[in-house]
Amino acid sequence: MGKRDYNLLGPDAQRAVQTGLAAAQWYHSDVPRREMKELMQRSDGPAIRDTILLFAAMAVFAGLGIALWPSFWAIPFWLAYGVLYGSAMDSRWHECGHGTAFKTPWMNTAVYEIASFCMIRNSATWRWSHARHHTDTVIVGRDPEIAVMRPPVFIKVIANFVGLIDAATGLTRMVYNALGKVHPEEAVYIPTQEQYKVVRVARVSVAIYGVTIGLAVLTASILPLMVIGLPRLYGAWHHVMTGLLQHGGLADNVTDHRLNSRTVYMNRVSRFIYWNMNYHVEHHMFPMVPYHALPALHAKIKHDLPAPNQSIAQGFGEMWPALRRQLANEDYFIQRALPPTAQPYRNDFHAAALGSAAK
Amino acid sequence: MPNWINACAAGDIDAEDLIRFDHGIQTFAIYHAPEGDFYATAGHCTHENVHLCDGLVMGHLIECPKHNGQFDYRTGEAKRAPVCVNLRTFPVKVEDGRVFIDVDA
Repeated sequence: MGKRDYNLLGPDAQRAVQTGLAAAQWYHSDVPRREMKELMQRSDGPAIRDTILLFAAMAVFAGLGIALWPSFWAIPFWLAYGVLYGSAMDSRWHECGHGTAFKTPWMNTAVYEIASFCMIRNSATWRWSHARHHTDTVIVGRDPEIAVMRPPVFIKVIANFVGLIDAATGLTRMVYNALGKVHPEEAVYIPTQEQYKVVRVARVSVAIYGVTIGLAVLTASILPLMVIGLPRLYGAWHHVMTGLLQHGGLADNVTDHRLNSRTVYMNRVSRFIYWNMNYHVEHHMFPMVPYHALPALHAKIKHDLPAPNQSIAQGFGEMWPALRRQLANEDYFIQRALPPTAQPYRNDFHAAALGSAAK
Repeated sequence: MPNWINACAAGDIDAEDLIRFDHGIQTFAIYHAPEGDFYATAGHCTHENVHLCDGLVMGHLIECPKHNGQFDYRTGEAKRAPVCVNLRTFPVKVEDGRVFIDVDA
C-alpha cells in the first residue's frame, strides 16, 4: 500500500469506500444468543460503585494537594489526582459514550459530559468520531481516532504522554468551535442536525476555562489550574500508555478485530483506571458488552483470539519494535498466531490492502 | 393489498428478544415484546450497515449492536444518537401460533 493519507477527505478515504473496506461486515466470534444477551445486560451497580470511588479519590487527592500546597509533599497527591483526571476520565468518556457503563441513561450522559470536559474533547464531536472508529476501526482515511499513524512520529507519541499534542489540538478546536464553526473533517461524520451541539459544548467549555484562568490571575496562583486543566497534561501518561496498546503495531485496513486490536492482561489498578478496556479485541468485536462483563466475555471467546499479552510491559515489548520498523516500512505490522481452536484469519477479505506481516 | 408472509413460529422468539427474517432481497427484525405482542421493522440500523438482530431488546427499545443507537421498535422512532433517522416498521399478525409480516406495507 505504501504511503498512507489519513485525511478523512483524502484519496485513501475514497479508496476505502470503493473497495468495500468502509462500513464493512466484520468478523466476530460465535457466542450463543442467550449468552450474549446475558453479557449485554446493563446494570447501574458496578459503575455507581466505581464512580463514587473515583470522585471520592479525586476529592481527597486534590484536597490534600491544596492543603499541602506549595510544599513538595503535595506532589504525590497531585500525581495521583492527575492520573484520575487525565487518564481515568478517558475510559469514563469512552464507556459512558457507548452508553453501556450505567443502565440509567442520564448517569451515562452526566459522567460522559464531565469526562469529555476533563479530556478536552468536545462531547458532541467525539460521540460521532468514536462511532466512526467502531464502524471503520483503523481503516486509513475513515477512522478519525488512529493514535499512531504510519510512519510513526515518535516525538508526537512521546509528547502525548504529557498530553501536549492532544491538549493543544483540543484547546485549539474548542476555540474554533466556540466561534461558531465546525471543521470540514468533523462535518464528514457529524450529521448536519447535530452540529449545533458542537458549538454549544465548546462555548460552555471556554466559559469554564475562562473562569478558572480568571481565578488563577485573581489569586496570582496556578492552583486553580492544578485542579482544572493542567491534570490533562500531568496525568495523561496512563491513558496514553494503555491507549497505544489498543491497536499499535497491528494491521490497518482489515475487517477482523483480531488483526488490528490487542488484549493485554493488566494489574487491578490499571484496570480500574482503564475500566477493563485492556480486553480490547473483545470490546471491538462486541461493543455493547459493558466494561464489567468484559472478563466474562474474554473467557468465552479467548479460544478464538490470539493469546493476550501478559502485561503492559510485554505489550510494549511487542509493539514498540514494530512501530520502529514502520519508520522504514509503512506496510509492516504484527500478525499474531491464532490458537488451533480459532477460526482462521480471512485475509482474502482485505488482501489487497494488507502489507507485509511480521513472521 | 397486504402481502402477508409467514415468517416464523411465535415460540421461535423469546420474550423481550428479536430474530432476523430474510425474504427475497429484504431483511427484517421481528420482535417479541415483554407483554407478548409481536412487531417487525427493517433489519438494518438506519445509521450504518449493521443488522439489528444481534442487538439487545430493552423493554420496547432495540439497541444497535455496533453503536448503541436505539429505536422504539413499535413505532420505529429513533431514540438515541447516533441514529437520527427513524426505522421502517411493518404490520404483524399472529395466527395459529405463526407470525406473519406484511412485507409490502
